[in-house]
Amino acid sequence: MSTSSEPMQTQTETEELPSALPADLQDERLIASRGWRGAVSVFTSRLRSGDLGSLPVIIGLIVIWGVFQALNPDFLSARNLVNLTLQSAAIGTISIGIVLVLLLGEIDLSVGSVSGLAAAIMGVGWVQHGWPLGLAVLAGLLTGTVVGLFYGGLYTRFGVPSFVITLAGLLGFLGLQLYVLGAEGSLNLPFTSPLVKFASQAFLPAGVAYLVVLLVVLAYVASRMASRRRRAAAGLSTVPTGMLVARAVGLAVVLAVPVAVLNQDRGVSWMFILFVALVVVMDLALRRTSWGRSVMAVGGNVEAARRSGINVRGIYLSVFALCSTFAALGGILAAGRLAAVNQSSGGGDTNLNAIAAAVIGGTSLFGGRGSAYSALLGIIVIQSISSGLSLLNLDSSIRFMVTGAVLLLAVTIDSLSRRSRVAHGRA
Amino acid sequence: MTTTTSPEANGTVLSLSGVSKRFGAVQALKDIELDVRAGEVVALVGDNGAGKSTLVKTIAGVYGPDEGHMHFDGKAVNVTSPAEAQHLGIATVFQDLALCDNLDVVANLFLGRELKHGRALDEVEMERQSWQLLRQLSAKIPSVRIPVASLSGGQRQTVAIARSLLGEPKVVMLDEPTAALGVAQTAEVLNLVERLREHGLGVILISHNMADVMAVADRVAVLRLGRNNGVFQVSQTSSQDIIAAITGATSNPVSQRAARRTPQENPPQENS
Repeated sequence: MSTSSEPMQTQTETEELPSALPADLQDERLIASRGWRGAVSVFTSRLRSGDLGSLPVIIGLIVIWGVFQALNPDFLSARNLVNLTLQSAAIGTISIGIVLVLLLGEIDLSVGSVSGLAAAIMGVGWVQHGWPLGLAVLAGLLTGTVVGLFYGGLYTRFGVPSFVITLAGLLGFLGLQLYVLGAEGSLNLPFTSPLVKFASQAFLPAGVAYLVVLLVVLAYVASRMASRRRRAAAGLSTVPTGMLVARAVGLAVVLAVPVAVLNQDRGVSWMFILFVALVVVMDLALRRTSWGRSVMAVGGNVEAARRSGINVRGIYLSVFALCSTFAALGGILAAGRLAAVNQSSGGGDTNLNAIAAAVIGGTSLFGGRGSAYSALLGIIVIQSISSGLSLLNLDSSIRFMVTGAVLLLAVTIDSLSRRSRVAHGRA
Repeated sequence: MTTTTSPEANGTVLSLSGVSKRFGAVQALKDIELDVRAGEVVALVGDNGAGKSTLVKTIAGVYGPDEGHMHFDGKAVNVTSPAEAQHLGIATVFQDLALCDNLDVVANLFLGRELKHGRALDEVEMERQSWQLLRQLSAKIPSVRIPVASLSGGQRQTVAIARSLLGEPKVVMLDEPTAALGVAQTAEVLNLVERLREHGLGVILISHNMADVMAVADRVAVLRLGRNNGVFQVSQTSSQDIIAAITGATSNPVSQRAARRTPQENPPQENS
């Protein structure tokens, strides 16, 4: 411990008083990891042991953006980036639900069909039956919740693998969607309605967007400061002030730069804000609540979770229900953006893009490892590929092949890093 | 092993009398008597199939006994579920430990009973209490913020035992805590068992390892074919006597092997 830096030297002199060290740094075998150098060494050792987190996807995104920008200078233009955010929000929302089921080590293959069904019920109720918009949207969302509870019930009661349940759901709910839409199979949503405006034309005024960034950074600093005070009071180690400031500045830059770029065109869309807000809320729910802790525990070791008294059945039910509800919300947002509901709503590559986004974003297929942010990062990668290739006038044949290759790469990285984690004792 | 009329007088926390359990045609346990006092380590030994695990699971509430009585803290109790046993103050560390490898030590310790600060998890308080608990046990865990997967076998056992103590139990049952552990790690776990005794807990230690049993136990209860086959004070007995009770004969494979080896070991030593 005495070998690292000057402050540590003074610590060794007061070795007789263990209380001089924070309670969590007293073990003599703990490699000292304090201050800046410590933070860097912790980070590199984590990477070396295969705990990659979001790093591969961030590097991948930089490479993809670099390549497309080199091929077509319009790629990183404000206009194209605004389009990118609009294209990402709906499928990204579906992908949040996929992240949740993947954290349990399960899968939902039917999110596309469920999103289409929810959009169909919302559209038919609103346009054909004249329901108020709010009621129609609520009906669509509840459809998703009911479907999810049905899946969760089948899974927990009969133990049918989620793969098979949701594969059946993929077919069954596609059929139900076609049935609900009826013979014509296509509905146009009124252009002037709040839903369509929200999904395609509503942008934050530039000033408000910067204000949101400021508030987020302030909230981050306030929560960090509060946690620092409590840790110090409890006699635990604290983050140095310099590091805290650096993190806050980093966060401010990461948020303000995209906002500044988007503001050069139409700005930050409300739908994208909704998507990002949902990601942040789910991230907090996963990391900071006992529900989230239980989800991670069930994904890591079901038997251990059960013996700790966690309501495992309730966790499965809640996650399947949330996943299908997010799928329904994504379907409604997609319908709003298209201003139409038809037989191909939620069809095509919706399903696979939503699942691929979660995996590309870094959520493990093996359960218990991942973060809500992988939905955000993953969908931006997928939509960047799609947008870049269409700017180059390449059609969907190439897009499918490239997206498939990226997905394969992401899964391979996941498997390799898992193997490395096992070898380094971090599985 | 006489059932006392006032169990608290000699500090008995857990007392079984006449406990029997059948699985179909198999009589797994028959008229089992077992007393555990506060601040005492009772080793439960027996061959494979002697009924050790069945007895542990009966006490832990996994199985209900068919017959017999269980007294806990002087009161007759009827434990029908593991949660009830935990609530009473009987903690069990099963052999597979049941830890979540992907979660850190703090998360594992408080799994299923997280402390909250408002709506959110109170990570600070949980971390503080984790250190406090591990210090009490003099446990060697380098950091409580690393995934449990990166801990050694002994450290994982420590975490599992520490977790069982969070519910402030009076009796802790350890199912083969030293199986599959290295020499140093075994010693670490045995130290931990002694620490539990110092804190006034009754400990039931299931083990196949005679050396471990002789090292930490105060008394040894032997099970053979589902019945009591003697209770020994460790200070007044030898491991040969216990092995004889386990196998049911003074002439058993262990003693025969020992007798065979002793004369044969001498000649090579003279040669070298």
